[in-house]
Amino acid sequence: MKFGKITGRVVSTQKVASFEGLKLVLVQPLDEKREPVGDAIVAVDTLQADVGQVVYFETSKEAGRVIETEMNPCDAAVMGIVDDINITENK
Amino acid sequence: MKLGKVIGTVVSTIKAKGYEARKILVIQPVDPAGLFIGTSFLAIDTVQAGVGDTVLTIEEGNSARQAVQDKDAFTVKTVVAGIVDEIAQG
Repeated sequence: MKFGKITGRVVSTQKVASFEGLKLVLVQPLDEKREPVGDAIVAVDTLQADVGQVVYFETSKEAGRVIETEMNPCDAAVMGIVDDINITENK
Repeated sequence: MKLGKVIGTVVSTIKAKGYEARKILVIQPVDPAGLFIGTSFLAIDTVQAGVGDTVLTIEEGNSARQAVQDKDAFTVKTVVAGIVDEIAQG
């Protein structure tokens, strides 16, 4: 899992059947200091996170399982909304 | 499996299914000498690891489900599976 910031929403009308009714968001990966790392990705969001919120997301097959259907072609999903990050060990 | 050091914790109330009541740690990957490498990531704790511990992390779904001992935790992929006591290099 990685930290990420919701930077936008993605609207798609023509999509695979299992994506029907799902919210897609743009996620910018962050490090533990909330600094951007790497390129933004598109993830499925079932938790109704808002733009600007810090979340954590998971990639690969496990991400697809946030959707109730057994099989679906999803490879990134928001797994939780971050309330607070406590870093106590300095790098 | 990857070596890492626990550098912090995450507080989160709204979580996806499979993540309820699980402790999430911030892990900084380290090399065998203990030097920090790469970017930090998050993992679910299964061994009561704490900040400062060097740990063994797994990033694979089936192994993670075995580590959390919940075969229905389909959304779990990254877990802390052990606390490292010592690394002996030949």
